[in-house]
Amino acid sequence: MTEQELARKSVDYRRKILKYIVEAKAGHTGGSLSCVDILNVLYNHVLNVGPDNFKSPLRDRYIQSKGHTVEALYVVLADKGFFPEADLMTLCKYGSHYIGHPTRKVNGIEQNTGSLGHGLSLSVGTALAAKLDGLSYRVFTMLGDGELPEGSNWEGALLASHYKLDNLCAIIDNNGLQISGATTDVCNTDPIDRKFEAFGWEVRHVDGHDFGALKETFAALPFTVGKPSLVIAHTVKGRGISYMENQLKWHHGVPNPDQYTHALAELAEAEAVLR
Amino acid sequence: MAEITQNELVTYKANLDVFSGTLQELASTDKTILVVTSDSRGSGKLVPFGQKFPAQMVEIGIAEQNLVGVAAGLASTGKKVFAVSPACFLTARSFEQIKTDVAYSDNPVKLIGISAGVSYGALGSTHHSLHDFAALRAVHNLIIVVPADNFETERAIRLAAQTEHPIYIRFGKKPMPLLTEDPNRRFEFGKGSVVREGNDLVIIGTGETVYPAIQAARRLETLYGIRSTVVSMHTIKPLDYELLAQLASSGVPIVTVEEHSVYGGLGEACASFLMQNGFRNSFKIMGIPDEYTVTGSQIEIFHHYGLSEEGIAETGLNLVRKTA
Repeated sequence: MTEQELARKSVDYRRKILKYIVEAKAGHTGGSLSCVDILNVLYNHVLNVGPDNFKSPLRDRYIQSKGHTVEALYVVLADKGFFPEADLMTLCKYGSHYIGHPTRKVNGIEQNTGSLGHGLSLSVGTALAAKLDGLSYRVFTMLGDGELPEGSNWEGALLASHYKLDNLCAIIDNNGLQISGATTDVCNTDPIDRKFEAFGWEVRHVDGHDFGALKETFAALPFTVGKPSLVIAHTVKGRGISYMENQLKWHHGVPNPDQYTHALAELAEAEAVLR
Repeated sequence: MAEITQNELVTYKANLDVFSGTLQELASTDKTILVVTSDSRGSGKLVPFGQKFPAQMVEIGIAEQNLVGVAAGLASTGKKVFAVSPACFLTARSFEQIKTDVAYSDNPVKLIGISAGVSYGALGSTHHSLHDFAALRAVHNLIIVVPADNFETERAIRLAAQTEHPIYIRFGKKPMPLLTEDPNRRFEFGKGSVVREGNDLVIIGTGETVYPAIQAARRLETLYGIRSTVVSMHTIKPLDYELLAQLASSGVPIVTVEEHSVYGGLGEACASFLMQNGFRNSFKIMGIPDEYTVTGSQIEIFHHYGLSEEGIAETGLNLVRKTA
C-alpha cells in the first residue's frame, strides 16, 4: 500500500473512530487518534495476520497493552474483515462484546487487556514460545507512554532481552499526555530510549504519523539480531482534529454535535488534499 | 474403608515431591509441557526436571507478575504451562495477572502455589498464603484445587495437564500420609471425596488439614463413640454442592477445617451454600483467625490454632454435645 493510500485509509479510520465514539457517547478519543496511523501501517503493511489465518499458529500477533484506545483497533480490525463494521454500532452498549477495552470475544483480538502494564509480559511469553518452537512469527505490542511507570513493563523488558527476543517489537505511542497531565509532569519516564537500551533493547525513534517513516522503521526489524526492538513513535494526542490536538480534555472526551460536524469537515478537507 | 495407621509420616512423600515427579513423567512424553519458575526451581523440587528437560523449563527470575503474564502468553500458543512459585507470592504479587491475563483472557495456565498456607510457618506472614482461597474464589474462570495427599496430588497434576482452562493448585512440602487405601478411590475436580463415614458429625477438610481431620474422627470414635464422616474437599471452586447438600440433609453438625484465614475460604463457601439452601446444621469454621499469625513450624501453627487431632476433636465434640 502506498503512503498516499495509507494516508487516505487513516482519514477514513479517524472518521469511523469519531462516528462510533459519538454513537457510544464514550471512548478514548485522543489516544485512538494518536495511535491509529501506527495500527494502519501494522495491519496493512507489516503484520501477517487477517481473518483467514487468525487461528494459524504461524500468524503474527498484535497485543494492545494500552487497551483503552480500543476504538482505533476495532475500526482497523473491521476494515480488515475480522467482523462487520456495523457491529461497532453496539460499542459500549449493554451486552455488547465491543466494550471499551479489547476482549477475545471480538474476532481479531489476541488478549484481553485494559489494566495497564500487561501487554509486554504477554507478548514476551508469546514471542518466547516462537523461539522455543523455532517458529518465525513475530509479536508486536503497543504501550502508552503513560503506562510506563507500571513496574511489570520493566520486568517484561528485562526478560525480553535475557531471552534475546528479536521477534518482539514493542511500540510506544509517545503522545506525551495522560489523564492527569503531561507524562513528564505525572511521573517522568524520560529518557525512555536510554532506559530501554540499558535493559538490552535496540531502540529507534519515528514520527508516528509519517507513513513512509513507519514503513521504513518496521521494515528494519529486528533492529539488531538477538535483541528485542523498541519503536518510540512520537505522536500527537487527538491528531487530525485541530481542536483536539494536544488537548488533555480529549483523553476521553466525546464531541458534541457541533464539534463532530467540525471534525468531519476537517477530515473531508484532509481527504480532499489526498485525492 | 481401609486406613493407614503405622509409620505414616515416614512412608509417604510430600505432595511437592509427587508434583515434581508426576510432571517429569508427563513431560517425558508430552513436549508441550512447559514449567515456568521465578527462581523457584529449588523450592519447587524441579531441579531434576530442569536437568532432564532443559528445553521445557523457562526461568523468569524473581518477578512474579512477569511469571504469570509470560506464562499466559506461552499458554496462548497451545503450550501446557505450569507456572510454579510459592503460593504466597504467586497469588498476591501477581493477583491482577491471574485475574486478567489468565482467568479473564482464558489462557489455560496451571498456576502451582508451592509451600502453601503456613508451610513456611517460621518465616512470617510475608511467606504465608492464608488469603489465596478468598482472593481467587472471587475471580471468575479459575478452578481452585487443594490436594490432601499423594494420590490427590498426582491425579490433580495429571488432570490439570489436560484441562483447557485456568487452574490454581496449592500444596505444602511436608510428607502427607494417604487418606485411605481404598483401591476404588476416585478423583475428579469439583467432586469432594468422602474418606470416612459416620452419622454423628461431618468434618470437611481441604489440603493438609484433611489428615488431622481423620485423626480427630478416630479419636472421637475411640474416646466418645462419636462417628464422623470426613471429606477431602479438594476442589474449593467449583465447590461440590451436591455432596454438601447430601451431607447436611440429615441435620448433623458440620465442622470445616482449612489452612487459610477463616474469612473467605472453604468454611464460608460451605456456609454460604448451606444457609442459602435452607440448611440449619450446627456449623463451625476452623482455620487461621484474623490476627497476626503466630510463627513456628506448620505443625506448631496447626496446634496453636487447633487444626490438630485434639483441636478438631474438641470442636467436633462441643458441636455434637450442643446439638444433642
